[in-house]
Amino acid sequence: MLGWLPENISEYAQGIDTLFALIYWITVVVFVLVMGTLIAFLIMYRHREGHRAEYIEGSTKLEIVWTTATTVIVFGLAMLSFPQWNNLKSAPDNPDYVVQVRGEQFNWYMIYPGPDNEIGTEDDLELENELHVPEDKLIQIILTSKDVIHSFFIPNLRLKQDALPNRFLDNIKFQATKPGTYEIPCAELCGFGHTTMVGFLHVHTQEEYDAWVKEQWSE
Amino acid sequence: MQENENISHEHDDDEQHEHAHDDNDTPQHTHEHDDGQHEHEHHHEESFIRKYIFSLDHKMIGKQFLVYGLIMLFVGGGLALLFRWQLAYPGRPLPIIGASQQYIDEGEIVTSNDKRWDKIFESEKEELMETHFPNGVIEDKTYNMLFTMHATIMVFFVVVPILVGAFGNFLIPLMIGTRDMAFPILNMLSFWLAVLAAIVMAAGFFVPGGHAGAGWTGYAPLSVDPQWTDVGWGQNLWAISLLIQGFSSLVGSINYITTVINMRAPGMTFFRLPLVIWSLFIVAILLLLAFPVLSSALALLIFDRLAGTTFFTTTTEGGGDPLLWQHLFWFFGHPEVYILILPGMGIASELIAVNSRKPIFGYRSMVYAMIAIAFLGWIVWGHHMFQSGMRPGMGSFFMTTTMLIAVPSAIKTFNWLGTMFRGSIRFTTPMLHGIAFVSMFVIGGLSGIYMANTPVDIYIHDTYYIVAHIHYVVFGGSLFAMFGGIVFWYPKMYGRYMNDTLSKIHFWITFIAFNCTFFPMHILGVGGHMRRIANPQFYDFLQGFEGMNIFITMSAFTLGFAQLILVFNFFWSMKLGKVAEKNPWNVTTLEWEAPTPVPHGNFAQIPTVYRGPYEYSVPGEESDWIPQAQPEHAPASAGD
Repeated sequence: MLGWLPENISEYAQGIDTLFALIYWITVVVFVLVMGTLIAFLIMYRHREGHRAEYIEGSTKLEIVWTTATTVIVFGLAMLSFPQWNNLKSAPDNPDYVVQVRGEQFNWYMIYPGPDNEIGTEDDLELENELHVPEDKLIQIILTSKDVIHSFFIPNLRLKQDALPNRFLDNIKFQATKPGTYEIPCAELCGFGHTTMVGFLHVHTQEEYDAWVKEQWSE
Repeated sequence: MQENENISHEHDDDEQHEHAHDDNDTPQHTHEHDDGQHEHEHHHEESFIRKYIFSLDHKMIGKQFLVYGLIMLFVGGGLALLFRWQLAYPGRPLPIIGASQQYIDEGEIVTSNDKRWDKIFESEKEELMETHFPNGVIEDKTYNMLFTMHATIMVFFVVVPILVGAFGNFLIPLMIGTRDMAFPILNMLSFWLAVLAAIVMAAGFFVPGGHAGAGWTGYAPLSVDPQWTDVGWGQNLWAISLLIQGFSSLVGSINYITTVINMRAPGMTFFRLPLVIWSLFIVAILLLLAFPVLSSALALLIFDRLAGTTFFTTTTEGGGDPLLWQHLFWFFGHPEVYILILPGMGIASELIAVNSRKPIFGYRSMVYAMIAIAFLGWIVWGHHMFQSGMRPGMGSFFMTTTMLIAVPSAIKTFNWLGTMFRGSIRFTTPMLHGIAFVSMFVIGGLSGIYMANTPVDIYIHDTYYIVAHIHYVVFGGSLFAMFGGIVFWYPKMYGRYMNDTLSKIHFWITFIAFNCTFFPMHILGVGGHMRRIANPQFYDFLQGFEGMNIFITMSAFTLGFAQLILVFNFFWSMKLGKVAEKNPWNVTTLEWEAPTPVPHGNFAQIPTVYRGPYEYSVPGEESDWIPQAQPEHAPASAGD
C-alpha cells in the first residue's frame, strides 16, 4: 500500500509519510488480529450436533481492557500528530519567496511579486498554470480564489489547501527538494471544467531559477 | 408453536385476521393489559387503496418504504455504473446506446445507433440525450450530475428509507409489543412526503440545464450561482426535494420517539429493548435534531439562488461566507453518517446473537457505545473541513473528538466477537450478512483513522481514499445489514421464506464484487487519485491507474447486476416462496410472537415481557431460547 505513494519531494511533509506508515502498520495489525479472531471463532464455534452455546452475558474486565487500549492508541496518535499539524498549517516566518496563487474556473493563476517583492504593484508577473520555484528554498503561497472553492493540491509535496473566494490564506508553505515538473490538480469540485484544471510546479536549480527570473523581468 | 397450523392455509388476509382473532391459545399472556384495544381485531375489511396505498398500518408502511428504497437503489446504482464507465473508458461512448467511433469521427453512419443519433442531432428540438450524452459519450458536466445524484439518492432515498423507514416502521411496534405507531396518520404522511420528495428529485433530471451537479454536499458558492455550473432549476429542485425529505424524516422520527417511550409492552423496560430498537430510537433522536439544520441551510440556499440574498457567497463589499454552508451542512452531515450506520449495527447485533445462540456480549456497553457514538457525532463535523481554510487550531480539536469515536466503535466490534465466542454459530444467510457487516465495518472503521489524523488527511483528503472509506461504512456496513435484515425478517413480513439458494448466491457475489470494487479505491487514494474527476487519464501522475480503474468498473457492474438476484428473489418469494412458520429462526424477541402474516393490530393479546431480549442457551433450560414473553417458571413451551 505504501509503495503507491507518489514520490515525496517535500522537506516539510516527510512527517506525513511517517505518520501514514505508522497508522498503516497499526491498522494492519489490528485488522489481522480482529479478522483472525473472527475466522477462528467461526470455525471453532460453528454449530455441531449436540453442542450447545455457552451462556455468557459479558465481562466488565474485558470491556475495560479494550476501552482503555483503544483510548490509549488513539490519544497516542493524536499527541504525535498535534505538533506536525501545527507546523504544517502555520504561516512561515521568513519565506525566501512569496507567490500568490489564484484559482479561477478552471486555471491556477500565479502572481509573482517581481523585484520590489510586493504583490499588487506594477512589476507583478501573472502566469497561467505555471509555478516556478528554486529547489531547497522556503516558498510561501498566498492562496485565494476568484469564484468558487478550489483546492490547491500538489501530490508530490503532500500539500493540499482549499482556496476560498475573497480570502487570502497565508499558511501554505513548502520546500521542494528535487528539480522537476509536478502537477497541481484542483482537488475540490469546482464546476464542469473541474477535471481539466491543472497547473504545473516547476522546481528549478538555483541557477536555472535565477536565469528564469532574469528572463522574465529583463525588459 | 401454537399457530403452526395456520401456516399451511392459504394466505388470504381475511382468513388470517380470523385466526388472529381466534387465537386465544396463548395462556401465558396476561390479559389485563389489553386496555380496550379489542376493536382492532374486529376491524372492518379495508379497501385496496386503504390497505395498500394510503395505509395506516405500520407494517404496510414499512413494506412501502422497503419497495421504495429498493427502487431507488436501482436508480442510484445505475447512475454509479454510468460514471464508472466513464472512469474506466474516459470519452468512449456508452455500450448499447453509444454511436460508433466511425460516426463520431467522420459522420459515417455504420450502426443503427448512429442512425438514431443522427436523427437526434438533426431534429430542432433540444433533447435530453443530446445535451447529456451526445453520441452516447458522458459530458464532463453530465458526469458531475451523475455522481451528485448517485450520492444524494443513496443517502437520502435508499439507506435512510430502508434502514429507518422500512425496518423502523416494521420492527418498532412489533418488537416493543404494541399494536401500531403512536401516530399512524403522521406515519402515512411520512411515507407520502418521501414519495413527493422522490418525484421532485426525479423531475430534476428533465429540466433544462440538467440536475444538480455540485456534489451531494452542495458546497457553496458552486451550488449558489448557476453561472458556475450551468445548472438552473436542477439545483433548486434538489434543494426543494431534500427539504421535503427532511419533513418526512422529521415526522417519522417524532413518531418513533413517542412510540418507543410510551408504548412499550408491560415489562418491556428500556434495558430489555432489543439492540435494533435502541439503534432506531437513537437514530430517531439524531434525525429530529440534525435534519432541521440541513433544512435551514437548504432554505437559505434557495433564498440565495432565487431571492438574491448572499448567505453563502461573498463579495469584496461584504456578504456571507461559503464556509457557513460547510459548517451547517456537516453539522447535519456527520450525525447523518451515524444515522446511516447505527441501524445497521442494531440489525447486525440481532443477526449475530440469534445465529450464535448466545446473549449479546456486554448488552449494556453496546447500548452505551451507541449513545456515545450518537453524542460524539455532534462534535466531529469539522473533520470534513480540515483543508477548508478553517482555523488550523480547530483541526486539533476535531481530530481529538474524531479519534475518540474509535473507542465506542471498537467496543462494538469486540462485543460482536464476544457474542460469537463459545457460541453455536449457524451459517444462515442472515448470519453471513451479519459477519460481512462486522468485517466490512472493521475495514471502514480502520480506514477512518487515516483521515481523522489531520497531517495524513492533508494528503488523502478529497481523494479516492475517502470514497473507499464511505463505501466500506455505508455499503459494506449499512447495506449488508439491510440485506441480512431483509432475509431475516422476510418470513415475518410476507409469511414466506426467500429462496435460500438465491439468497446465498446473491450474498457471495455481492460480497466478493463489493470488495473488488471498493478495496482498490484505497490504493487509488494513496496514489493521490482525486475524487470527482471525470478523466483520470488527463493527469500524468495517474497514468498508472488505468488498469485498476477498469477492474473497479468491471467489479461495479458485477455488483450492480448481482442486485437483480435480490430483487427477483424478493418479488418471486412473495408469491412462490416456501411458507414460513411463525418463528422460523427460533428468536426470543416479541415480533416472532405475533402470528404470521401479522394481522392488523399485531397481537391477539398484548404480550407481557418477563426478560431481556437475548436469552439464548440459558443453562438448565431444555430449549436453547426463551421468548421474552414467556413467564418465569412456566412450562417451557419454547422449541416445540
